[in-house]
Amino acid sequence: MAAVYKFKPYNVGRWVIWSLFALVLLLAPLVFTSNLSTTMLAQMGIAIIACLSYNILLGQGGMLSFGHAVYTGLGSYLAIHALNAVSAGKWHIPVSLLPIVGGIAGMCFAVLLGWVTTRKSGTPFAMITLGVAELVFAMSLMFSEFFGGEAGVSGNRVAGEAFFGITFGPQIQVYYLIAAYTFVCVALMYAFTQTPLGRILNAVRDNPERVEFIGYNTQRVRYIAFIIAGFFAGIAGGLGALNFEIVTAEVVGAGRSGAYLLFTFLGGATFFFGPIIGAILMVIAFVLLSELTKAWLLYLGLIFLFMVMYAPGGIASLIMMNLRVAKFGKLRQIWTSYLGLGLTAFVMLAGAGAMIEMVYHLQLNSALGDTVKFMGATLNAKGLDSWFGCAFVMFTGLGLFELCRRQYMIEWGDIQTEIEKEIKRRETAV
Amino acid sequence: MEFFIISMLNGLSYGLLLFMLSSGLTLIFSMMGVLNFAHASFYMIGAYFGYTLSGWIGFWPALVLAPLFVGACGALFERVTLRKVHPFGHVPELLVTFGLSYVVLELVQLVWGRTAVEFAPPEILRSAAFTLINHSANGMSLVWGAAPAEACAAADAAVRVVCSPFPATRAFMMLVALLMLVSLWLLLTHTRIGLVIQAALTHPEMAESLGHNVPRVFMLVFGAGTGLAGLAGVIGGSTFVTEPAMAATVGSVIFVVVVVGGMGSLSGAFLASVLIGVIQTFAVAIDYSFLTLAKDMGWALSAATQDNSFVKLTLSQVAPILPYLFLVLILIFRPKGLLGTREG
Repeated sequence: MAAVYKFKPYNVGRWVIWSLFALVLLLAPLVFTSNLSTTMLAQMGIAIIACLSYNILLGQGGMLSFGHAVYTGLGSYLAIHALNAVSAGKWHIPVSLLPIVGGIAGMCFAVLLGWVTTRKSGTPFAMITLGVAELVFAMSLMFSEFFGGEAGVSGNRVAGEAFFGITFGPQIQVYYLIAAYTFVCVALMYAFTQTPLGRILNAVRDNPERVEFIGYNTQRVRYIAFIIAGFFAGIAGGLGALNFEIVTAEVVGAGRSGAYLLFTFLGGATFFFGPIIGAILMVIAFVLLSELTKAWLLYLGLIFLFMVMYAPGGIASLIMMNLRVAKFGKLRQIWTSYLGLGLTAFVMLAGAGAMIEMVYHLQLNSALGDTVKFMGATLNAKGLDSWFGCAFVMFTGLGLFELCRRQYMIEWGDIQTEIEKEIKRRETAV
Repeated sequence: MEFFIISMLNGLSYGLLLFMLSSGLTLIFSMMGVLNFAHASFYMIGAYFGYTLSGWIGFWPALVLAPLFVGACGALFERVTLRKVHPFGHVPELLVTFGLSYVVLELVQLVWGRTAVEFAPPEILRSAAFTLINHSANGMSLVWGAAPAEACAAADAAVRVVCSPFPATRAFMMLVALLMLVSLWLLLTHTRIGLVIQAALTHPEMAESLGHNVPRVFMLVFGAGTGLAGLAGVIGGSTFVTEPAMAATVGSVIFVVVVVGGMGSLSGAFLASVLIGVIQTFAVAIDYSFLTLAKDMGWALSAATQDNSFVKLTLSQVAPILPYLFLVLILIFRPKGLLGTREG
C-alpha cells in the first residue's frame, strides 16, 4: 500500500493565540509597573493554574469538588517546608523547582484522598470532598508542628545558590518564575484535554453508563483525572508559598475551596479558557473589590446566583455565543439592544448598589456619620429622600431593563434562527 | 455513672437536633435529587427569625411562626430560582444553593451584625429538667427540676455528693425532635399528601398525568424541609449560640450524616445523626490521649516522643474531626451508607 500523502496545515490560529498568551505574560509587568500590580499579576498566574486544575474536575470530569484547596494548600505547606530545608542547607534543590515539590505533594495527597472521594460521582462526590476538606482543615489546627498553628509557617525564598544572579528576592523575578510555570502548566493542561484520557474523561462526565459499556472503568478514569488535577493544584500551591513566603491554615480552608468553585464557574467551566477569565476576576475581586466595598461578598453571591440561573456556561460561553453571532456578521443588528441593556442595567444596579451600601453603612460604621459616598454622590443613609431617590432609580432601571430585555430576546431569537438557516444552507451547498 | 447518663442524653439531644436538620435535607434530596447546600443557612435564618420574633411576641409564638416564615422563604426560593435551573441538571441546582449560602450569610451579618446575639430560652426552659444526685452513702437518685441546694451539699466531709443537672432546653429539643419524627412518619405513610409525595418521588410523570401538580409538590416539600431546618434553628439557636458562623459549624456535619446514613434514607439519617451526636459528645468529654494510654499501660516514652503533638493529642481535641473520619471509614467499608439502598 502506498503511503498516502496527508496535508496537514499549521493551525495558524492556535499558534497565534499561544504566542499572544506568552507575550501577554511577558509584557504585563512592563505595562503595569506599580508594586501592587506586580503582586496582583503574580497572584493571577497562580490563580490561573489553580482554577484550570479545578476545571479538570468540574468542567471536564463533571466532578463538583468542594475541597480543591486541600491540594493547593497541602502543596503550599510541603513547598514551604522544602524551602525551609533548603534555607537550612539540608536539601540541595534550586528554589525555582520548589513548586514541583508542591505539585508532587498535591499529587500524593490526591492519590491518597482521591481514592476515597472518586469512588462516587455526582452529588455524593461533592459531599465527600466537602467532608475530606473539613477533615484536613480540622487537622491543620491540631498538628501545629507541620501546619504552624495559628501563625502558620513562614520562609525566606532567597535561599540556596543564586542562578545567574536570580535570587528571587525582587517581586519581579518571582513574577517571571510564576509566568513561566503558568505558561507551561496551561499548555500541559490544554494538551491533557486532547489526549485519549482527556476525551474519555469528557465521556465519563456526559454518559458514564455508556463508557462502562465500552469497557472503561469510570471510577479509575475519575481517579486518574483527580490525581492530575491534584498535581497542578499542588504546583499552584507551591508557587503561592514562594510568592507570599508564608502559609497559614486558611489555604486549606473551605473559603478557599469555595472561591475556586465560584470563580471557575463564573469564568465558564465549559470552555478551556473560561477558568483563566475566572482566575483573573478572582484576584481582582479579592484585592480590589474587597477594598472598594464592604458588601463585596454579597455582590459576589448575587452575581453567582444570577450567573447559574441565566448563563450556566459562565462568561466564556457568553463570549463564544457573541463570537458566533459576530462570525455570521449579525452583531450589527443587535448592538443597539446591547447598548440599551447595558445602560438600563447600569441604572438599576446603581440604585440597588446605593441602597446596599447605605444598609452596610448603617450596620457597620454608623458612628462615622450618616453620609455615604457612592459614585460621586453623597447620600444621607438616614434620610428618606436618599432612600426614595435610590429606590426610584432602581425601579426605573428595572422597568426599562425589562423592556430592553424583551426586545433583545426577540432579536436574539431571530438571529439564532437566521444562523441555523445559514448553516443548513452552507451544508446543502457543499 | 451520672457522667455516662448525662453525656448520653446530651449526645442524644444533639443527635436529634442533627436529625431535625438532616431529615429535611434527606427529604429534599430523595424527592428532587437536589442537595440543598444552603440547608444550614435556613437553620441559621430560623435562629435569627426566632430571636427577633421572640423579642416582639415571646418565645412560644416565635417557635411556631419562625419555622413557617423560613418555610415560606424556602418555598419562594424554590419557586424563583431552583425551578429555573432544574432542567440544567443536578450540578447547577447544587451551585444555586451554594450561591444562596453566601448570600444568606452576608444578609444575616448585614441585618443582625457580625457578633453573636443573645437569644435566651424562656424562663421555664432555663433551669434543669432533672438532676441526678449521686450520694456516696445513699446511692443515686433523681430529682425533677433543679435540685435544692441542701440536697447537693454534703452533710459531712466523709459523704461525697455530686449533682449533675440536665438542661431543660435539651430535654425540650429531644421532645420536639421526637414529636417531629413521629408526625413526619405518620404524614408520609398514613395520609393522602404523603401518598402523593411518595408517588411524585418515584414516578413523577405518572403522578403528573394523574392530575397532581408535581412542581407544586416539590415546592411544598422544599418549603417543608427548610421549615424543619427553621424549627431546628429556633431550638438550636436558643440552646447554643446564635451567630453568623452557626451555619458553617453544623452544615458540614449534616452532609456527613446524610452520606453516612445512606443518601435518601430517612431512617438511615436518623441512625447516623444519633450515632454522630453521641460519638461527638462523648469524645468532647473524654480527656484521653496516647500519652495517658501509654502511662496506664506502663510504657516508658522518651521525652521527645512525649512532646510530640500527635501523642499529646487528646480525644477531646480530635472530636471535631471524628464525623469526617467516620465518613471516610463508612465510604471505604460500606459505600452505600448505613441503611442506604442505592450506590453512587
